[in-house]
Amino acid sequence: MLLTIRSLTKTFPGTTALDAVDFDLAAGEIHALLGENGAGKSTLIKCLTGAYSRDGGEISLEGRPISPRSTSKAQELGIGTVYQEVNLLANLTVAQNLTFGREPTRFGMVDARAQKRQAEAMLEGYGLDIDVSRNLAAYSVAVRQIIAIARAVALSGKVLILDEPTASLDAREVETLFDVVRGLRDRGLGIVFVSHFLDQVFALTDRVTVLRNGRRVASERTADLNRVRLIEHMLGHALEDEVIAHGKTHDAAAAQRPELLRFENFGRRGHVEPFDLAVGRGEVLGLAGLLGSGRTESAELLFGVVEAHSGAARDENGTFDLSSPRAAVAAGFGYAPEERKEDGIVADLSVRENIALALQAHRGWLRRLSGAEQARLANNYIARLDIRTFGPEQPVGELSGGNQQKVVLARWLAMNPRFLILDEPTRGIDVGAHAEILRLIQKVTAEGMSILIISSELDELIAVSDRVIVVRDRRHVAELTGREITSDTIVRAIAAPQAGRQNSGEEAA
Amino acid sequence: MTVLRRIAPQLVTLAALVALVTLFFPDFLRIEVVDGRFVGPVMDIAKRGAQVGLLTVGMTLVVATRGIDLSVGTVMAISGAVAAWAITHDVSLAGTLALALTAGAAAGLWNGCLVALVGIQPIVATLILMTSGRGIAQLITEGRILTFSNEGLAFLGSGDLLGIPVPALIWFAAALAIALLMRRTALGLLVEAVGVNRSASALAGVNAAVLLVAVYVASGLCAGLAGIVSAADIRGADANNAGLWLELDAILAVVIGGNSLLGGRFSIAASLIGALIIQTIDTGILLAGFPSEYNLVIKAALVLVILVLQSPNLAHQWRTVGRAARRRREGVPLSAKAQGQ
Amino acid sequence: MNPRLYPLAATIAIFALAWAICVMQFPTMLSTRVVGNLLTDNAYLGIVAVGMTIVILSGGIDLSVGSVIAFSGVFIAVMLRDTNLHPLVVFVLLLAVTTAFGAAMGGLIHALAMPPFIVTLAGMFLMRGLAYMLTIDSVPINHPFYDLLDGAYWLMPGKGRLTLIGAAMLVAVAVGMVVAHRTRFGASVFALGGGEATARLMGVRVGRTTVAIYAFSGLMAGLSGIVFSIYTKSGYPLATVGTELTAIAAVVIGGTLLTGGAGFVFGTLIGVLTMGLIQTYIVFDGTLSSWWTKIIIGLLLLAFILLQKSLLRLSAIGGGRATRSRNEAAA
Repeated sequence: MLLTIRSLTKTFPGTTALDAVDFDLAAGEIHALLGENGAGKSTLIKCLTGAYSRDGGEISLEGRPISPRSTSKAQELGIGTVYQEVNLLANLTVAQNLTFGREPTRFGMVDARAQKRQAEAMLEGYGLDIDVSRNLAAYSVAVRQIIAIARAVALSGKVLILDEPTASLDAREVETLFDVVRGLRDRGLGIVFVSHFLDQVFALTDRVTVLRNGRRVASERTADLNRVRLIEHMLGHALEDEVIAHGKTHDAAAAQRPELLRFENFGRRGHVEPFDLAVGRGEVLGLAGLLGSGRTESAELLFGVVEAHSGAARDENGTFDLSSPRAAVAAGFGYAPEERKEDGIVADLSVRENIALALQAHRGWLRRLSGAEQARLANNYIARLDIRTFGPEQPVGELSGGNQQKVVLARWLAMNPRFLILDEPTRGIDVGAHAEILRLIQKVTAEGMSILIISSELDELIAVSDRVIVVRDRRHVAELTGREITSDTIVRAIAAPQAGRQNSGEEAA
Repeated sequence: MTVLRRIAPQLVTLAALVALVTLFFPDFLRIEVVDGRFVGPVMDIAKRGAQVGLLTVGMTLVVATRGIDLSVGTVMAISGAVAAWAITHDVSLAGTLALALTAGAAAGLWNGCLVALVGIQPIVATLILMTSGRGIAQLITEGRILTFSNEGLAFLGSGDLLGIPVPALIWFAAALAIALLMRRTALGLLVEAVGVNRSASALAGVNAAVLLVAVYVASGLCAGLAGIVSAADIRGADANNAGLWLELDAILAVVIGGNSLLGGRFSIAASLIGALIIQTIDTGILLAGFPSEYNLVIKAALVLVILVLQSPNLAHQWRTVGRAARRRREGVPLSAKAQGQ
Repeated sequence: MNPRLYPLAATIAIFALAWAICVMQFPTMLSTRVVGNLLTDNAYLGIVAVGMTIVILSGGIDLSVGSVIAFSGVFIAVMLRDTNLHPLVVFVLLLAVTTAFGAAMGGLIHALAMPPFIVTLAGMFLMRGLAYMLTIDSVPINHPFYDLLDGAYWLMPGKGRLTLIGAAMLVAVAVGMVVAHRTRFGASVFALGGGEATARLMGVRVGRTTVAIYAFSGLMAGLSGIVFSIYTKSGYPLATVGTELTAIAAVVIGGTLLTGGAGFVFGTLIGVLTMGLIQTYIVFDGTLSSWWTKIIIGLLLLAFILLQKSLLRLSAIGGGRATRSRNEAAA
């Protein structure tokens, strides 16, 4: 074994993030590390790369026990990491990034020509043909990812940890990346691959280890696994029962709803191609598609985050303005964005203020909600959504991911919107909160609210949606209703038939 | 109650400072009535502190939005120049004040647009006016010290009302008005929300851009008012020296007031006590018989002490301790937030 | 041309254009005399701006430099008046003091995790205050060695004088260029300017680098103080008020991003010369008032900030989301 981890334990005040976890990595192996958020993946990686010091257990590399104290110590030992957000500097040249810390020097000065040669040599075999004297900022995320890998491999050379490397890549870029990773495996590196894209796990990896709640629940050869077993390992049974028991029946009658809104020829150049969309009262619309396919872009367009170049939104009173989030709020829309920390919560403000924010902004600054009114509002939603907090005055940044999401939902429910857009509302939250949020969706739609939900989890989408729109290459390519809503049909619609490519080619020409 | 708890550290500092000065200068707190006016070191501080105090009010709001306004000192020079120019060109007193305040508001509008609409970092955006503003003021005064003899305007700088210096009254009135405006309307909450997370606030329907512009306009108005007071005090506009380095004192007052330069929660009351602390040091050093040369060194030492107390590194440790204590008290189970992240 | 050079090219183009306009109106401005004066008059500014460039490249700012220059002048003048030390010894002492002062500020910035703006603001007060405590008057420097330093020059073709202090600035710029662009320390400076969290992941020793950056700025400010004392032959605690702002303006006009991470030491030299050129033009013209200098420099600042903003936006289109989330990468 290249890397052996035995009984690794790490506790934080009040929680055990890793509970006696074992993990083995052989040379020439791609080993997937899977688990929901909070399962302990990142803690394991941080213990491995020296960002955390472990509380118990042993790590040995090539038979020798190690305890790295920092990322750079781990690198020197041979463990390199490439994070989801590329950990290189966009303001430096590719060559500077590649040779950083080990620049060739002459008379104490960096030898630029040797630096360029060294960088080019480092990139050899990665299939990149780029000018290394350009700034890294000039290249796409996929290219940066490969450069980051080249640097990590050159620096460490034994173990390579890829932490969600494909999260912001499109299908073709993922394939390029995989070729690179397979090449490294064949050169004898041990590779830990962390991803939540199960297809990629099956396509790439040799072995899978699944963590759940800080424990290892499975470690098997990928070839011996199938999707269902793997998902069972990851989720256990709790969620699936929950989802299936409350799932929609998808009979044709569900589609017969009075129309609430209609978007006609709604689109924006370079963002989403014009689409028509009708929303029924109390309907749940699912938006399916891969990352970067135009699903988040569609949501942003519908909420006025970016202004539409064409088309109009209509309801029974005629067209209405959707040119800004404020206009969308005035039209009775709500939006829980994908990036909860950056675009959702206002971390330093209290739960009370976060819940009251949208309502207050809508009322205008002159008509202030009194502290008592805000508190009443907050306490009401803390109880209704079961938000776990010390109280309405706790800063929302101190809550867990699921509870932060509930606060964002409460903010919009307090507005009683007619149309609520939820972008990945259950990403990165624990199983319990996950099921609660799905139940909540069903409850509010039963009361007449319409919802557009974006999710990369097909099962979730199928369970809650009355209708599913499939997005691909920034256009709405299919609309599934009733019995058509199965993971099979959705996957087939997402997996681009050639026609789609040709069309976009024609438009470009 | 919560307000009192918020400003307690500043109040304690001010009290300690006053006690210290009184030790060296026993008459420090004595106020006499001379010719129907209150006279004494304390009144002196209230009057002299007016300029920094006014700047501090606007600066507090700007800092709350995670910004900074370096231009307030030069805006003082501009508005002072405008006031002196207007009053010497036979504009009425009301017209003069309106013109000078408009100049301040226009400067604020310029800064606000650069920050909120063009998207330039506040420190960079306001640096432009800081470097060129005195040139503009000199353009108005044509490089001279523009003096005037209008008693009405001079009253704003050196007069008394009910025995209290007018600048002090202007300062307290402006602070009170803006503090009430922030807390009796929703502006305070919205400003804090934008300061913590502009993007999330905008998505929640807050008109972040307009709010940001408004905050810089408010800062410009405060600076304009301070410029009028400054010109009125010396009965002339000195484009070179009016408000020189006062922006630094104002920022210092905001920081002493416990407001984070990273935006978010703010307290105008605490900032004002910060301004009083600075002015007390200035005046106290003189009264206590130290040479004024020590002034800057003491100010620097004070800043350092406050920085150490406010340091995010230390604050983090204190907060951890505090939270653990709260948990013990309330017996609430721990949230799962530390889990696996 | 490599896109990273665009801001520098813009700086040089503006300088060339400005000079061309000057020469068209006053042909005598195309002489080595004017060049020599430009270098001499702006020597102290150029030197301190080199230090400022390094600080700004790292994403920081140093407001203390103006005070440090004034302190330096007073320190030298008082030491030469009250002791028998040779000026060279005083210089060494002074540079040790200002470098240590800069290092201390860097240490505080790192240890307290406070914005450099506010820490160096305290430094500004402190140094100005120390200068006051040494003397509140202007102290003349009458030392034969100073006459020697002041009188030293190389006669350029065309009778322009490249003075010792002008040459000192050119050397400082050359040193700054090597330090910023050709050393590992320089690479760390750029890395810090690109994002502290990422820089740390790449192995930059943030604390050590921060201390070194502000120590370098302190050293340059001390050197600038020496040059300024040679230029004015006196020490005055009220001297060079606001020089930090002029230096920052020169750095930005020189094409360095005020938010850090991109820029050129050579550009700073051009920035200093551009500002000097504007002043020279106003002197030559004779009818324009001096306040136009401030206004034009303000406009130039605005132009460069807007230019950089649009360049950033252009490169962000290629970079996509990764640029946006860079700062959160390791949060």
